[in-house]
Amino acid sequence: MKKKSFKLLLISLLAISVFLVGCNSKTNNETDGKKDPGTSNGSKKDTLVYGRGGDSTSLDPITTTEGEAFKVTENIYETLLEYGEQDTTIKPGLAKEWTASDDGLTYTFKLQQGVKFHDGTEFNADAVVFNFNRWMNGNDEKFPYYTMFGGYKADDGHVIKEVKAVDKNTVQFILKRPQAPFLKNLAMSPFGIASPTAVEKWGDDFRSHPVGTGPFKFVEWKKKDRIVVEKNQDYWQKGLPKLNKIIFRVIPENAARLNALAKGEIDVMDGLNNSDEEKVKSNDKLQIIERPSMNVGYIGLTNTRKPFDNKLVRQAINHAVDKKAIIDAFYGGKALSAKNPMPPSIEGYNDAIQEYPYDLEKAKALLKEAGYEKGFKMELWAMPVARPYMPEAQKVAEVIQESLSKIGVTAEIKSVDWATYLEKATKGEFDAFMLGWTGDNGDPDNFIYTLLDKDSIGSNNYAYYSNDELHTNLIEAQTETDQAKRNELYKKAQEIIHEDAPWVPLVHSTPLLAASKDVLNYVPHPTGSECLSKVEFK
Amino acid sequence: MLTYTVRRILALIPVLIGMTLVVFAIIHAIPGNPAQVILGQRATKEAVANLTAQLGLDRPWYIQYFDYIKSLLHGDLGISLETRLPINEEIWPYLAATLELTVVAMIIAIVIGVNAGIISAWFSNSWFDYIAMVLALIGVSMPIFWLGLMEQWAFSIELGWLPTTGREDVRDPITAITNLYLIDTLFQGRFDQFITVIKHLVLPSIALATIPIAIIARMTRATMLEVMKSDYIRTARAKGLRMFWVVYKHSLKNAIIPVLTVIGLQTGMLLGGAILTETIFSWPGIGRYLYDAIGYRDYPVIQSGILIIAAIFILINLIVDLLYVFVDPRIKYTK
Repeated sequence: MKKKSFKLLLISLLAISVFLVGCNSKTNNETDGKKDPGTSNGSKKDTLVYGRGGDSTSLDPITTTEGEAFKVTENIYETLLEYGEQDTTIKPGLAKEWTASDDGLTYTFKLQQGVKFHDGTEFNADAVVFNFNRWMNGNDEKFPYYTMFGGYKADDGHVIKEVKAVDKNTVQFILKRPQAPFLKNLAMSPFGIASPTAVEKWGDDFRSHPVGTGPFKFVEWKKKDRIVVEKNQDYWQKGLPKLNKIIFRVIPENAARLNALAKGEIDVMDGLNNSDEEKVKSNDKLQIIERPSMNVGYIGLTNTRKPFDNKLVRQAINHAVDKKAIIDAFYGGKALSAKNPMPPSIEGYNDAIQEYPYDLEKAKALLKEAGYEKGFKMELWAMPVARPYMPEAQKVAEVIQESLSKIGVTAEIKSVDWATYLEKATKGEFDAFMLGWTGDNGDPDNFIYTLLDKDSIGSNNYAYYSNDELHTNLIEAQTETDQAKRNELYKKAQEIIHEDAPWVPLVHSTPLLAASKDVLNYVPHPTGSECLSKVEFK
Repeated sequence: MLTYTVRRILALIPVLIGMTLVVFAIIHAIPGNPAQVILGQRATKEAVANLTAQLGLDRPWYIQYFDYIKSLLHGDLGISLETRLPINEEIWPYLAATLELTVVAMIIAIVIGVNAGIISAWFSNSWFDYIAMVLALIGVSMPIFWLGLMEQWAFSIELGWLPTTGREDVRDPITAITNLYLIDTLFQGRFDQFITVIKHLVLPSIALATIPIAIIARMTRATMLEVMKSDYIRTARAKGLRMFWVVYKHSLKNAIIPVLTVIGLQTGMLLGGAILTETIFSWPGIGRYLYDAIGYRDYPVIQSGILIIAAIFILINLIVDLLYVFVDPRIKYTK
């Protein structure tokens, strides 16, 4: 009897192996056959699969501030002005040329002619007016990024008095007061011009039925799985886009996404861990793509909590952090050590500032002067999520904890889920915390005012830092239209901040992407999202 | 029997209502405001306050709860805060994806687990028994996260046999009818896509099946050993009955009841606990849907998702209880 069951076992083993071999041969057939529809008819590959960590929250870019959303909408919509390919200089977009009056209050834009929305309706001055009126009549729940223009129609701070169509192809913006970053703001992804007909047709549902003038048309959105866009055959820029289709796929886990890239299931992956860079480099089918840096990762010291209400203590902490070691260990040596709250690529950067050197003796002396000779206990909060400016917060926190222990400061590392983390930071409930920022429009205002002005306490000034001199200076810079004078004001601002040391600025990182070798012309943009119209396959 | 079934189904209602209360209390106790999450890191204080009011989240919790129960009784699961779509409309594709994965994983677990348990019991203390039980021990203690990544590395990247992630080839998408792709592709006569779907199912379902295989194998072995010691089996063997019949007809039938219970429990656990597998394999299922909703503080989705999983869990237990009757005629539900 035993013999028989042994036979049974052998037979099942055989069956399993036949099954596995079957799997194998079928896969091979398929790779030879119709893996990529583009190759089947003899032409080259023309569908790009883009792997990323999260799904979009909306396809109407003005309704969100979430970076993942813009990665898709950049390809569907266009803005009046565009940024340079790898910087935030201003280039023509839907507006081919523009003039500003001397007082900085009237901007006149000449629009591209013969441009059509994806629904076949015509793009013209009325469409621009429609979009701006829609936004300014909203509020900050509906169109959160519109606050870049100082508020909404009824608000005192609102910069735009009127947007009017002069003729079919000319549109004029009349401002109440000059706004220095006005043109840079116009080029931001959220201000993509949408088809008025489609907005009216879909109402609130427009967020999942986007219609713009961009190189790609929306096809399908399967939530938490994929978004598909296809070539706009009537695109006004001749010869573009090169691709026929882009599929944005969500693969939440970084390691799994890299596996999918190695297997060829996706062609580009966003959010590569710096620690995986070598793995990609050693694979001859893959390439690394570096995104120009426009971010800052920092440790915020909540300035209203003891002992961080003491400037000397904050300076001491600055001396106690070994940025170089952190950059070597967790950024693959690929980040700039930060000394200011904004990266050097931004105009007005003050390179004359001397970084607080890593000097434990100096730190101890400062603590002694502040009356904390025996040190103190604190909580150091580490982000639970990876961000381009902070890929491995937990481990960075451990290094800092180690350094702080050498000056008698006992730091307890804590973490909590992301939603709670941001809420607690907003309320100023942390002693010290890790966070960062990626610039929206390349303007210094978007870093310094947004992150450290007293107006921003309760939103992005998580350190609760308040300095009246700085405030006056920043408000003046907002309306100053002479760029040289503005730069001086921002340089002064950085001096004030350096002296007060509300943060420990850590790094300006270089975010990494990986792609298969045959992907050509992928030019990543410092803002974190780019139009893929020029991307093609070898 | 019928009365019993009806009574059991009716008893579901208070249990589920109790569930809603517990879930409601827990998710409202965790800090983090959905309005803040929706508007993002860059939102102003006023915007957050306004949206909180607009979503009705500033009202007392008991009013929010009664509103929720009221619409639930009308069959309305609420509206997702994130997508602004009715949950009734959007939940099925996720649920279907998980059901498909879970069913396949459970079939694998039952076939392998029960047979491994039987063979181990029959040849107890043999080399097969030792190896199987060591494997079962490893299976129970293996982190699914790690197993999933290793599977991808070995079977997708090194061997190139199977795809790493997703449910389908995104370059050749499947037209969803029922959202159960095995059925959809067959229905449309797309045999090539059917094969693709099976290939996508293999790795995640094995990852998901690992723990149940181990648990079922150990349980089957234990109960089979008990049964095989009994007199009637000895009699059957003495009569010279074929070994196959002794095992699969006489012994298994009597050994299966505790195994059924374990299978029922495991299926329920898989439904709710597939989050890691679904994340690693980028499987757009209910686990991921719920996980994202928790990160987003999407209260209505969390409530409804957990409620549905709980309901299925309870139904599976009911089915298992009813199955006992078919397996073992001695069990009767009369009262």
